[in-house]
Formats: sequence, C-alpha cells, structure tokens
Amino acid sequence: MEQQLEQLKQEALQKIEAAASVKELNDVRVAYLGKKGPITDLLKGMGKLPAEERPKMGALVNVVRETVTTTLEEKMELLELQAVNEKLEKETIDITLPGRPVKLGNHHPLTRVVEEIEDFFISMGYEVAEGPEVEQDYYNFEALNLPKGHPARDMQDSFYITEDVLLRTHTSPVQARTMAAKKGESIKIICPGKVYRRDSDDATHSHQFTQIEGLVVGEDIRMSDLKGTLALFAKKMFGEEREIRLRPSFFPFTEPSVEMDISCFKCGGSGCNVCKKTGWIEILGAGMVHPNVLEMAGYDPTVFTGFAFGMGPERIAMLKYGVEDIRHFFTNDMRFISQFNRTEV
Amino acid sequence: MYVSTKWLENYVDTKGIAPADLAEKITRAGIEVDTIIDRSEGLTNIVVGHVESCEKHPEADKLNICQVNVGEETVQIICGAPNVAAGQNIIAALPGAKLPGGMKIKKAKLRGEVSNGMICSLQELGVEGKTVAKAYAEGIYVLPADAKPGTDALSLLGLDDVILEFDLTPNRADALSMLGVAYEVGAILSQDVKLPTIEYTASNEKAEDVLTLKVEAKEDNPMYIAKVVKNVKVAESPLWLQNYLMAAGVRPHNNVVDITNFVLLEYGQPLHAFDYDRLETKEIVVRRAVEGEKMTTLDDVERTLHADQLVITNGKEPVALAGVMGGANSEVHDGTTTVVIESAYFASASVRKTSKDVGLRSDASTRFEKGVDPNRVAEAAERAAQLMAELAGGEVLAGAVQFDELDKESVRIILSPDYVNQRLGMKIPMDEMVSILERLQIPVEAANGQLIVDAPTRRQDLRIKEDLIEEIARLYGYDEIPMTLPIGESVPGGLNSFQEKRRLVRRYMESAGLYQAITYSLTSRAESQSFALETAPVTELLMPMSEDRSVLRQSLLPHLLDATTYNVARRIDTVSLYETGSVFLGTQEDGLPKEVGHVAAVITGKWVDHAWQQENKKVDFFVMKGIVEGLMDTLGLTGKVTYAKATHDGLHPGRTADILLNGVVVGVLGQLHPSEQKKRDLKETYVTEMNLALLLAESAEALVYEQVPRYPSMSRDIALVVSKDEAAGSLMDIIQEAGGKLLKDVTVFDLYEGDKVDEGMKSLAFSLTYFDAERTLTDEEVVTRHDKVLAALKEKSGAVLRG
Ligand SMILES: [Zn+2]
Repeated sequence: MEQQLEQLKQEALQKIEAAASVKELNDVRVAYLGKKGPITDLLKGMGKLPAEERPKMGALVNVVRETVTTTLEEKMELLELQAVNEKLEKETIDITLPGRPVKLGNHHPLTRVVEEIEDFFISMGYEVAEGPEVEQDYYNFEALNLPKGHPARDMQDSFYITEDVLLRTHTSPVQARTMAAKKGESIKIICPGKVYRRDSDDATHSHQFTQIEGLVVGEDIRMSDLKGTLALFAKKMFGEEREIRLRPSFFPFTEPSVEMDISCFKCGGSGCNVCKKTGWIEILGAGMVHPNVLEMAGYDPTVFTGFAFGMGPERIAMLKYGVEDIRHFFTNDMRFISQFNRTEV
Repeated sequence: MYVSTKWLENYVDTKGIAPADLAEKITRAGIEVDTIIDRSEGLTNIVVGHVESCEKHPEADKLNICQVNVGEETVQIICGAPNVAAGQNIIAALPGAKLPGGMKIKKAKLRGEVSNGMICSLQELGVEGKTVAKAYAEGIYVLPADAKPGTDALSLLGLDDVILEFDLTPNRADALSMLGVAYEVGAILSQDVKLPTIEYTASNEKAEDVLTLKVEAKEDNPMYIAKVVKNVKVAESPLWLQNYLMAAGVRPHNNVVDITNFVLLEYGQPLHAFDYDRLETKEIVVRRAVEGEKMTTLDDVERTLHADQLVITNGKEPVALAGVMGGANSEVHDGTTTVVIESAYFASASVRKTSKDVGLRSDASTRFEKGVDPNRVAEAAERAAQLMAELAGGEVLAGAVQFDELDKESVRIILSPDYVNQRLGMKIPMDEMVSILERLQIPVEAANGQLIVDAPTRRQDLRIKEDLIEEIARLYGYDEIPMTLPIGESVPGGLNSFQEKRRLVRRYMESAGLYQAITYSLTSRAESQSFALETAPVTELLMPMSEDRSVLRQSLLPHLLDATTYNVARRIDTVSLYETGSVFLGTQEDGLPKEVGHVAAVITGKWVDHAWQQENKKVDFFVMKGIVEGLMDTLGLTGKVTYAKATHDGLHPGRTADILLNGVVVGVLGQLHPSEQKKRDLKETYVTEMNLALLLAESAEALVYEQVPRYPSMSRDIALVVSKDEAAGSLMDIIQEAGGKLLKDVTVFDLYEGDKVDEGMKSLAFSLTYFDAERTLTDEEVVTRHDKVLAALKEKSGAVLRG
C-alpha cells in the first residue's frame, strides 16, 4: 500500500508538471483529488486495514494529498500568471503614436507682452487706466503741451475725424484725462491701448499699433525715481543682468526727456545684429512731466512733480521674439499666433 | 544735419578725439549721431594729374588717349569721359588705387592701348551725385588750375573728412548750424568756440541810396535786412567752399549762391540773393500775397498764391515766396553784377503753412519753421557781404536797408541749486552747475544762493527752470543719477473689475480652443456695419489713406472673418479665433463716438481631429453654443442667460440665436449664411459676437458652497416622439416646471430623426435626476413626481411617450 501510494504521488506530480493550461491542471485536480479520485479511494479503503496500521497510513495519505495539492496550487498560480501575461501581451499598443490633442488657444503675442508689463507695474502699486481710442484734440495734443501749430505735431500725422476729434496718436491722453479727473491726488497708473498714426503699413510701420505709458505724480517725485523704476522694469522684462542707460531726448510733454537703452539681451553688450553692434537697445522714452502739463491738468507744478514713460509692445515683442515684420501682428495667421503658447521661464 | 568734422574744426578744437568717440560723446549728451560717414574710407593712391595731351583713340570713338602728368612722371591713361581735355587738372586713380565699392585700379589695355589708371568723376570717389555741381555731374571732375600734379587729391577735395549725421529732435534747432554744433561740442569737450571774424571795407555809397524797403506784414516779418553788393563777378566758388557745401549735402552753383548757402549752414540763418537789376524797381515790399496771384519759383514751377502767404515783391510783383523759395525772375545768373542779400526773420507759423501748402521744404524753410536766432539775422547778412567781397570781388555798399521790430531779449531764468537737485534726486554742487552753464556759453551768475541765467536767443528751447535742469543733468551725465523709488504712502495697484473680467474672458476663450486675434479698427464703409449688434452713424475719417480703412468698425466680425479666410486660403482648414476690442457707435455730446467693448469668435473646420484614429468631427452650431454657455458659466451668469431663435443679416436663418441677459439681447450666435460663406471662400463657419461691456457689468451670482449630496439621487429617462418643430428647450421648461423642487436636473441625451419615427417627427430622450438634500427619496415619491412630469408633457406638448 505504501508503494501504491508513492506511485500515485509520482504520477500526480508528473501530470501536474505536464499540465500546460489552467484547464489541464483542473483536470489533474479532479482526477487525483476529486471525490472519485484514487486518493479518496485510498482513504475509503482504509477500513480494510488493521486498526493499528490505520493512523500511520492515514497520516501518509494526508501527506501525499497535501504535497499534491500544494504543488498543484503553485502550478496553478504560475499558469494564471502566464495567462494574464499573454493577454497583456496581446493588448500592447504603439506608444510612439501621438496623443489626442487638447484643444487650447493662446494669447496674441502683443497681449502677452502687455499683460507682462501690466503685471510688473501692478506689483509696484500701479493701476491700469484706459481711455477712448477716438479722442479730442485737446487731450491728445493741447493738454500735453502740444498746442495747435506746434512743430512736434509733424512727428505724428494723425487720422482726424473732425477738426477737434481724432484717433489718438498715443495713450498719453489717458494720462491727461486721469490727471484732470484726480485733481490734486497722487497718481500711479499704467495706460495700455491701441493707437493710430497716418502711416502706410510696411515691415516697420503700422497705421494701428499698441502703446503702454506710465505716469506717476506726487509731491516729491524725482528723476532718480524714474531711473530706479525703469531699471527694475528692465530687469523684470529682459533679465536680471540687464543694465540701463538714459540718453537725453525730447518730448513736448516731459522736461527733461530721456530715452532708455538696455544692455543687449542677445550678446550681453559685446555687439550683435540685434543691437546693431552697439551693445545697447533702445526700449522706451520717458521724462519728468512738463510743468505746463501739470498746470493744465490743475496740479500746482511748484508742489507736484511726476514722471512718465512710454513704450511700444510691438517693438518689445519684435526684439524679444525676433519678429521681423510688424504686419505679422495684425495678419492673424494661426501659424504665427499659435507659436506663443508656452512659457519662457 | 550733416556735420563735417573738418569744417567743425574751424570753430572748436576737437583734435585728438577720434570721430567715433566724438559721436558717442555727442549722443550721450543729447544729440543722437545717427551715422558716421568716413569719406575717405577705401580710397587710396588718388592724386592730382595734369592732362598734357588728349587724343582720340584710333580704335574707339568714345575713348581718349591722355598723357597725364602725375608728379614724378607722365603716364598714359585712357579716359571715356566726354568732358576730358588737354590742359585740365584732374583726379587720377593710379594702379593700386582703391575706390569705394571695392573697385581696384590696375594697369590695363583698352583696345590695344595701355592705360595706367583712371581719370575720376566725384561720384566715382563716393560723392553723392545730387551734390556734384551741374557742370561735372555727367563727367570727370576738373580741379582748379593751381592744383599741383602728384599731390594727394583727397585732401584737396576735402574728402579726408568724417561726417557725423545728426538725428535732431525738434527742440534742438540751434544745432541746425555749424556754430550751434560748435557750442554743443565745445560744452562737451570744455573747449572755447571760435567765431568767424567779420571784416571788410565798405564802399562810400550807401545801400539806402539804391534800395528802399517797406514791410507791410510786420507780424509775419518782424525783421528784414537787405545789403547791396556791387561789381560782383559770378563764377565758380573756391574749392574749399564747394567742398564744405558738398560735405553738408548741398550742391554748389556759383559763388554768390554758394555764399548764401554757406552762411545758412554756418549760422543757421537762411539768406537769399536777388539780382538787383532784375528787381527793376529798386524797391522791396514785403506783404501778403493777393489771392490768385501767380509767380514762378526757382524750380521753374508756376504757383498760384493765397492771401495768407507771405511774399517778397519789387513793389509790383512777387520775387520770392518768403522763407521758402526765391522767384525765377530775380535769380542770380552768370551776368549778375549787383546782388541784394536778404536776411530776415520770418514767423515760424507763416513759413510752416506756406511750405506745407506749396509742398516745398527747403533748408531755409525748415530753419524758419523751427525758429532762427533773432540776434544772428544781421550778423549773417554781414558775414555774407564779407564773403562776397572776398570771394566774388564785390563792393559792399555801406549800411543796410532794414526794418526791425524784432524782440531780441534773452530770457532770464532764476533757479536755486536745491530745486535742481530736488527734481533730479541728486547732490550736484552749485559751482559745478555754474561751470556746466558756462561751458554751454550760457550767461550765468550766482547770487544769494541762486543761479541767475540769461538763456541766449540761439537756444530757443531754454525757457523755464526745467529746461536748465535738463542742460545741467545731461552734461553732468545721466549715468550719475542714482536709482531710487518714489517715496510716500504705497497703495495697492490692480485691475478694475472690467479689466479683471476681460482677462478672465480671454483665458476662458483660449481654454476653449480659440486663439486671440487683433484686427484693425478701421474698415471700409461697406463692411463697417456688417454683423453689427447695434448700428449707429459711422465714425468716418476726414482724410482716409484708402477706402478700405476709412471708417471705424461697428462689429468685430468682418475683420475676424477676413483673418479666417486668410488662414483657410493658406490651407489651414481649422480656424478658431476670437477677439476682444471696441466698436464705435454714433456721436456723443463730447463729439466722440460711443466706444463699446465687444468679444467675438469664429470657428470653422474640424473640432475633434484625431488623424490616425480617423476620429473627426466638424464644427457645428452646438460647438459654438457650448463655448458661449461655458463663458456664461465662467462669468457666473448662467441663470440669467437665455437663447432665442433669431434672424440676422449675413447669418443662416435657421441656425441663429440671440443671446439674452436678463431678457435683453447682448449678443448673437449662429452659422454664417451660406451665401456669405461662399463670398468669403469659407466652408461651414460659426460666429458669435457679444457686448462685453453689458456682460461684464452684470454681477455674477453669489458663489456659496452647496453641500455635497449625502443622500442618493434617482434617475429616470424619458423618450418622446414630438413634432420636428417642437423645441427641446420648451420641453425642458415643461419638465422642469412639473418636476418641481425634487427635480434636480434635466439633460438631453439623445436626438433621433429618421426611419424609425414618422415623417415630420423626431425622438428626443431626456434624463431626469430627482434628489432631496435632506433625505433618501422613496420609490413612490419619485414615481408620483415622474408621472406628473409625463402628464404635463402629454398635456402641454402633445408628446407621445416612446416605448
Ligand atoms: Zn547685441
């Protein structure tokens, strides 16, 4: 009987070993461990043994049954794992195929520049002021120290609607309006907006373009405050390493007037095609608010002083992104606009 | 303004300073030097030659064989210029010479004859053709008889010179003269300015004996001086004078005209020379023109004059357009013997207007427009008289005929050093300020801690304290200004609610897949009101540059559609653009149009596009409606917005809706009318435009957190068959009303029109969600409520429940 048992065990183990699928293994389980299987038969046949042999034999049969069961379960786990693996293998995809596009638009590059400038000055305590694009001659010129017949009006030939109304040629009238409205109060504003000049459109001219101007008026605003503010702005907008320099210039509404250059962000100052070999790039015009402008807006120029600055987002965008033709900003070619969809930091 | 550094050297010492460094210093001090032109750049081995003989080339008609003495030797040079002749002194470029543009001169053979160089025109040496005297404009240049063969021709021609081109701001009219530039450079380099010495012997005869003057338009002409020079010999000017003029970009004519131009450039005072005999009347009368009066100017153009133009007359007819251009009838010519030199002060506004009206801008008119120095009018006339005596052999009559009511006072400005430093945020010592003003040759006195400054009339830009602050600061150096930030209470900055919400709208539109466009505000009359939500009289330009940009837009859509067509034409099939911007309506009380902020969007092409899975879906009305709904949701306005079927010009009559906020139309949404699509070369295209001002003025519904459901909700579906005309929206209204408080949500989840329903009918399926925040609903409650909904649908719409 012992011999029979050993043979049975060997046979079962061989069949388990040979089973190639979960089904075959289950057949083995039914064949050997099932109710009608040989092991069950053996247990049933124990009654025929002498009583003193029964415990020993019982223990032996149980050992065989457990060995077969454990081996079978181990094999079962292995086969199941194989089955899963085969299934996963079949589910394999080509992960190099492109993903489903997320439909996202983005800012126009000019808005991107304008918002970046706005956000810097907002962080410095400025408010954003806007005004009409169709303006009175008074706010566009006269209130800014540009009386009728002033030679500087030559510089900005304009689109007139009537003799006294025109498309604004700069956003400065917003400053004049703000001063007139805030009579006597301190002012810290930034004025973005569309402006218009009577120019034929070409690679560097556009009859419609964008401007951002800033104005600070208070009781002790100094030219050094202007310089400090612009230096911080240049670093924020064009990089920490940027240096600035001021050059004397002329604007009818400021005195003294300056132009601000920044050290070239491309070559760092050694000279390249962006800075035309000078190491410096002209970025904006600025100055101390002309006493006539303050006076016309109802501010006492002996008490109040102020500074103003203005710049062109088109020019900044052209410099920053290497855009060679200003007309790109108004053609609205999707292939152009969609390039400005990502961060630069 | 072209500044010859060689000429400048006559007035201020710039020795030892490289032109590039000088340019940099001038730029940093306030006058931008645009370009530096080295006139001798690339020129070598160019000498004076004397043509000993000149014979026709036997093999070529147009060539001459010249034997040219070039100093040490005489060489043969072949020359093709028509004006070459024996006995001339010429410019010879010898073998090894380099000319501008990289041309190298080599010994060569021309039709069998050896040529040892080239005889040059001025243009071949890089001189601009329009500044070359007419006599030499078409051929070689002939040097004066006293030129020495073999010597350097470049220095003789003044080409060993560097020219600085100034880009002058309108305030610096003082630098429109060599003397003005000398003052500026002198201040920068701390050098004195050497003024010309004016000395000549006047004749016993007096100018007033031969000429009378009457100024009738005193306002426009507060000062007029006429000097008379007799026995003038009109000829070519000496070379040095011609060289200076050419360096300044002025073409030499003859000595008389050249002298007036030279003095204009030297002093900034325009002069004019009349032929005294041609004046005929011995009289000069300055007056306004008679309307319709005619005169022919120096450029041989007959001009019809207007009553507001100032003319110089001989008492009968105009002989010059004051300050702008002389008349042909009184022009100095080769036979002129007596010259009248005019030096005058013409009011800037008058010259400006005349110059603009007749379309003539000259060196003279530009200077009058910007304002000449009242204290140089007389001096310039004397300078010209001196030069005519020296260079044209003239006899200057004593005195001058003149009218003078011109204010020549300088402006006194008193300022304290504290004021200067306070404005600049600096600590410049008082004596430093004095020294800077003295360097600028601005009279200054320090008394009782104040600076008393008399701003000279040559600096018309110095009027107020701030002007002097600028002078002090720019010469002290803007690099010295410290960097500070405004002191004082600091207030928070920020956007107002409209600006903040406009940014939100942009970000939402972009998150919905639209790209931001910026189009032009100006458009054509025909397109100005297309698609407008509201029309009003258009705002029209007085002088448009083209019909396409003649009026302001009343809708953003036409240009946005143009941009769409532009993209589609470049095979970008899917276009999705939006814009925020103003439209311009009518005229308000202040004379300005009402500017209203709008937002508009256009979509065309595919909305879902996943190429390799062939999973494509074209845009449709509901894509655009979804975008609008999402926007309303973002703005917190969903509960206040409704949509109503509508018709609009240019939009598909069956696929257009008005967007209403609190029952008021604030926008439109729909498909572009097929005929409009065809006109614009577009396929199915959907658009929307909304009044942003109205949308953003409306406050969002309060955002209060609603408890996340603790009890389960129950769903029931309804499938209905209704007439095709039945709007899903009205069925949903019925469901909502009958469902009452327990009905939390209704959504459409299917629409079917086809074989399985009768002709003219459609099947709509809704999903209803019942829910109570306080408890779990019982089946019976839901069934009762749902039955009410079904009954209401049957009663109010005639809907048939589909099995
Ligand atoms: Zn560079």
